[in-house]
This record gives sequence, C-alpha cells and structure tokens, in this order.
Amino acid sequence: MKNLILKMADDALIIGHRNSEWTGIGPLLEEDIAFSSMSQDKIGHAWALYRILNEELGGEDPDKAAFNRSVKDFTCCHLVEYPIGEFDFSLVRHFLMDKAEFHRYDLLLQSSFLPLVNLAKKVKGEIKYHVMHADTWMQQLANGNEESKARIQSALNLVYPIAFSLFEKQDDEQAVIEQKVFVGEDVLKSIWVDDIANRIKEFGLTIPSSIDSSAHLGGRKGYHTDHLEPLLKEMTEVFAIDPNAEW
Amino acid sequence: MSNESLDPRIRRLDLEHVKNGVQPTNSHWITFEVFHQEKRGRQAIHVGIVHAPSPEIALMFAKEQYARRKSTSNLWVVKSSEVFTFASEDEDIFETTPDKTFREPGFYKVRDRIEAYKNKHS
Repeated sequence: MKNLILKMADDALIIGHRNSEWTGIGPLLEEDIAFSSMSQDKIGHAWALYRILNEELGGEDPDKAAFNRSVKDFTCCHLVEYPIGEFDFSLVRHFLMDKAEFHRYDLLLQSSFLPLVNLAKKVKGEIKYHVMHADTWMQQLANGNEESKARIQSALNLVYPIAFSLFEKQDDEQAVIEQKVFVGEDVLKSIWVDDIANRIKEFGLTIPSSIDSSAHLGGRKGYHTDHLEPLLKEMTEVFAIDPNAEW
Repeated sequence: MSNESLDPRIRRLDLEHVKNGVQPTNSHWITFEVFHQEKRGRQAIHVGIVHAPSPEIALMFAKEQYARRKSTSNLWVVKSSEVFTFASEDEDIFETTPDKTFREPGFYKVRDRIEAYKNKHS
C-alpha cells in the first residue's frame, strides 16, 4: 500500500512542479494563473499523500520525502517527467493525466483505507475542475482552426502512448487489490481508455492506432527519463543549501 | 459588428478597422462581464470582466481571476455586448435623484414629527 501512495504522491509532486513552469510564460495571463493554481493543487495532493505515509504508515517527513530522495527512489511515471514543451503538449498531458487522476480518486472513494477515502472526498472538487479546464481547452482548440486542430492531434499522437506509464503496476499490487485498498491499475486503465476514447471522438480527434503502451514503463521501479534528474536538482536547490533549516 | 465594448482597454484602442466596423477574426476576444455569487440564493454581484473566445472559457478565466480566495457558490458570465445601458451623456437624468429625500423611508419619520409639531401649535 505504501508503494501505491508514494507513486501517487510522486506523480502529483512532479507534475505540480512541471506545470508550475508555466508561471509567467503561459500563452495567456489567465492560463498562466490556471496552470499555476492547478499546480498548487497538485503539490497540495502530494503533501497530503506524503503526510498519510508519514502519519499512518511510518514514512518519513513530507519535506524530506519530497526534497531529500535520490532519483532512483522516485516512483513517478514517465508522463509527468517530460518538459512542458509547447502549450499543446502540456494541455494534452493535463487532459490525459487529470482524467486518470479523476478516476483514480473516484475509485479510492471505495478504498478500505480510510485516510485515502477522506483524501479522495477532499480533492474531488479540485480534480473535477482540472478535468473541466482541460476538456474546455481541448474542445476549443480541437474546433478552433486547422492549425490548432492539427497541433492538438499531433500532441495527442505523441502523448497518448506515454500516458500508459500512469498505469504501470507495482510488485505488491496483488496485495493492494486483495486488501481492497485499490481495485488495481488494470481496472483504472480500462475506465480511462474508454473515457478518453469517448471524449476524443466528441472533440473530432482520433486516438492514435497501434501504439506500444509498454514503451514508457519503468518509472514505478525507479527507472526514469533523463528529464527527472535536472528537475529534481532544480526543485531541491534551495532545500539542499541547508536541509535542516527551520522554515 | 462595431466595437461597443464596455471595456475601456478596448475602447481606448480606437483601431481603424474597428471604427470601420470590421472585426478581424481572432484579433480580439469577446468581453464578458463577470458576476460572483457567494452563496446559493444570494444575488450575483458584478466583480469585473474577462476576455475569452467562448462563454465556456470565460467561465474558466472567471474562476481563475475572481474565485481564487473568497467562498464561491457560482459565477455568471454575460457578454458585455448583451448588457444594455443608458448613454453616458444621459447621466443627467439621475442628477436630482439624491435631492428627492421624500423617497427615503427616513423622510417620513421627520415628516410625522413636523406634522405633530404643526398640529400642536396651530
């Protein structure tokens, strides 16, 4: 169960940091703010999850968990590690990831582990908005003009296969399923695949065919893309100056 | 469509093509007036404007700008062009309104006292 919570926390922390990179350079002031506020939400989710690990399961202090681990100890998926790229890339990643987050927390409402149920209840509205925000922009750009549609489609072609890294299984998954903590990545994946397919069809876009959904695995086991290490270095820069400083 | 925006930032532009009544596509977005409702059932209060290409995106922008801190039950966005107003040069129709104290409830309280005084001394 610790692995499940840790990977959720790591995903939230890394995507939160990544998307905060839009602060100040968003294509519109409001999108700048939107990405920044949603990043704050993600960091909040990460903090809540590290706290559950710390308070309920004997894990380390949330700040240490976030800022004092080596790359190998992170279990985030490859999807969250990639640089923000252009707005089309970030938007499609946001769309694909938050749909998965939405369904993951929705499934966790049924968890046997109460702290996760409580967290799922608490973040429901926030993630609903994240999904709404992504959907609204996908709808807008998929139906904007020829260029916007083409860009969204090619970003989708690029990001869709990487998004399957979200559902990479961990070694103790069977136990997590048996203890009814979480129904498992396969269940989540199939809900997500159907939901994404429906939305993409509504937008008038096409799901890329014949993708290799296993091409981007490894993150859950500590094998990351080359993008994670520089991100962590930047993220922990201030913390590393004095790890024992009182804030 | 001529530019009848209520937003001074747009009015100030005074662009040639806008004056000619030609609105180039995507050159500027629609201005929406934003109304914030704090609790269900309360009145929605005007809080400002957003520029957006559609009402749906206007709602997103409104949330980001006007519902970041205080509690919110709902937001409304209305195209500024759908808001009907008096012409600003007609402001004089309201000019004497503050003088009409007889329309204020307090006025009658005083009135009663005056009448009472009059009756007493007549």
